[in-house]
Amino acid sequence: MSGAPLTVRRPRPPRQPMPHQAAAARVTNFCEVALGLTPELAQAEAERCLLCRKPLCVEGCPVGIDIPGFIARMVKGDFEGAARTLREATDLPAVCGRVCPQETQCEKVCVVGRKGEPVAIGRLERFVGDWARTESSAPPPSLPMTRPERVAIVGSGPAGIAAAGELLRRGYRVTIFEALHEPGGVLMYGIPEFRLPKEIVRYEIQQLRRLGAEIRTNALVGQTVTVEELLGEGFGAVFLGTGAGLPILLGVPGEHLNGVYSANEFLIRINLMKAHDFPRHHTPVFVGRRVVVVGGGNTAMDAARVARRLGPEKVCVVYRRSRAEMPARAEEIAHGLEEGIEFFLLTAPVKLLDRGDGWVRGMECVRMELGEPDASGRRRPHPIAGSHFVLDAETVIVALGNNPNRIVPETTAGLDVTPRGTIEVDVDGATTKLGVFAGGDNVTGGATVILAMGAGKRAAAAMDEYLRGQRDGRAVAKATRVGIEEN
Amino acid sequence: MHRIIFKESLAPGVTRYRVRAPDVARRRKPGQFVLLRLREEGERFPLTIVDSDSEEGSITLIVQEVGVSSALMARLNPGDAILDLLGPLGRPTEIRRHGDCVCVGGGIGVAPLYPIAAALTAAGNRVTGILGAREQRLLILEEEMRRVCADLHIATDDGSSGTRGLVSDLLRDRLRQDDRYAFAAVIGPVPMMKAVCAVTKEAGIPTIVSLNPIMVDGTGMCGGCRVSVGGETRFACVDGPEFDGHRVDFDRLALRLKGYHHLRECALQALGPREAKAPQ
Repeated sequence: MSGAPLTVRRPRPPRQPMPHQAAAARVTNFCEVALGLTPELAQAEAERCLLCRKPLCVEGCPVGIDIPGFIARMVKGDFEGAARTLREATDLPAVCGRVCPQETQCEKVCVVGRKGEPVAIGRLERFVGDWARTESSAPPPSLPMTRPERVAIVGSGPAGIAAAGELLRRGYRVTIFEALHEPGGVLMYGIPEFRLPKEIVRYEIQQLRRLGAEIRTNALVGQTVTVEELLGEGFGAVFLGTGAGLPILLGVPGEHLNGVYSANEFLIRINLMKAHDFPRHHTPVFVGRRVVVVGGGNTAMDAARVARRLGPEKVCVVYRRSRAEMPARAEEIAHGLEEGIEFFLLTAPVKLLDRGDGWVRGMECVRMELGEPDASGRRRPHPIAGSHFVLDAETVIVALGNNPNRIVPETTAGLDVTPRGTIEVDVDGATTKLGVFAGGDNVTGGATVILAMGAGKRAAAAMDEYLRGQRDGRAVAKATRVGIEEN
Repeated sequence: MHRIIFKESLAPGVTRYRVRAPDVARRRKPGQFVLLRLREEGERFPLTIVDSDSEEGSITLIVQEVGVSSALMARLNPGDAILDLLGPLGRPTEIRRHGDCVCVGGGIGVAPLYPIAAALTAAGNRVTGILGAREQRLLILEEEMRRVCADLHIATDDGSSGTRGLVSDLLRDRLRQDDRYAFAAVIGPVPMMKAVCAVTKEAGIPTIVSLNPIMVDGTGMCGGCRVSVGGETRFACVDGPEFDGHRVDFDRLALRLKGYHHLRECALQALGPREAKAPQ
């Protein structure tokens, strides 16, 4: 009467909770919202990993981090080793652990996630990145400059950092050109402090310097120096990681009114210029009693949550489609809701209303309904006749994405752009101009930090091959990827 | 760091500097500007490049004290350094051979006008200069303009120099006296540019203006410097700073320039009396 022996399967422990700053407290400060795992929580979370032999998560990672490899070292308590494993594939673990959309990448395909919640790969990456920064005593690896060529990296955002790191590891002399006064690109001017402390970005930039990168700030390539001149001045190859450019505005009457900002301007004023600390910092920003943010992406969430922290009575987000189509990460939307941000979904702006003195007093909106899918595969919104209403606002922030910056294409002969203005590249990031490579938002349009890093890393490998005479120095076949639209 | 080589007062509250910036000096063209940040807490603000000396590796800047950053700039002396300087920015003036040209400048606007007048003359044009100011002691670069213009006319509000009245009226008079111009460059306060452009439009003279809206990054990212030109939104930092004067919506520009006026006093007070006012 004895049945088959029961296989004893230990129930997999649930995902370890991430400590957070309470919503009521955090809307009064710019400190980080997610506080990070303790070593104990991190190790417990690491133990949830099955350490798959054919890990799907690695395929889901745009920079191909050996995820089971670093987690296995965490399980053993070897955080130093885990940090080393991460560094082989990424220059920004503490950044990506915070801002990557893991739920659509590594964690989406995690086998543990098939029954229950996936391993919190992003939180583990963040833990190791933070640990390496604050606890590790290991000196940065010394990278011999084995290659005679110098390479120029244009832009010090995620794409440029990844390309620079990869080229340094391959033995090249790297010079990074940054237009702003502080390196880091979107990590500095775009992503707010409470999502990504600037201390981390500065540390990562410092690491690049310690690895041998030279960084020239206040150097706008195309104006201060041209790509052609860089190639003529002894740079063997140039990587363009110039990011996104001018904001897309509403295109409705009233966008010139005072109190109307692009998300770019609003975030630059605060993240880079510290306008929230006016007048101690000299750059001003105006936030009225009621703030309306237009858009449904991560930038819209960032702008709304930054505005929330500047003390208005009300912050609303207006988005023309439904929650399902919002490109913002679910976590960011949830954080916004917790912080009291109101959402007007299926709502579109019609015009901005003038107070009578050139300042905005509100936004006329119309309700929308979803129809047939459009080119992006999302259902196209249509206005509902007679559903107009007015949202009062003294501050309106427009977060509808960016058009590509024109400065480099306009000043570089032979560098082809697409009809949208993004730079034409082949799958490896080679452009139509000899020796010039590109990657990140200037190729894809507005996308993510990690996709830009992936593009930078791929282009760096191609630049290496080109400089060794193993591949063509220009695009073989055009294969520009379609970017992710923000609106 | 960009060292200040030379400083002199041109008028009450208006100062001329030569600043070391060899890379900018070498490649800048008339009409272009730089963005400055003076200290860690400082704003980024644009200034037109008035002149350059590639041998000395310097650029000339002229600053009028209006707010926090210009007040801080006025405190700087030769030997002091500017923390951040980015440029040259913007599109250069399109310098062509037009024949007879008129360059109309008001107040501090004569500073960005001077390099354009000089370049037009160098390109073989006959340039008439018309300068205006509230009063004689606020008139700047008169000598420099006289050197690069075939003839020069001056108007002041109080008649303390030249004719009494506005530059727009002076220009209208010149046109009545059969002066003919194939091209006009007009730079000054917004109401002055608006009035002069109305005159040149009536006379059918193609006209450029150089606009100075509020800017943050200056590299084509923030969109704060948007202006309405012919009903289209353009960005002064990358599409400008020069635009067709007959198509600019000056009223909108004037309103946008006032966007932070209500905070100016607060910012100046926060600086403290020691820094807010430069010794005259």
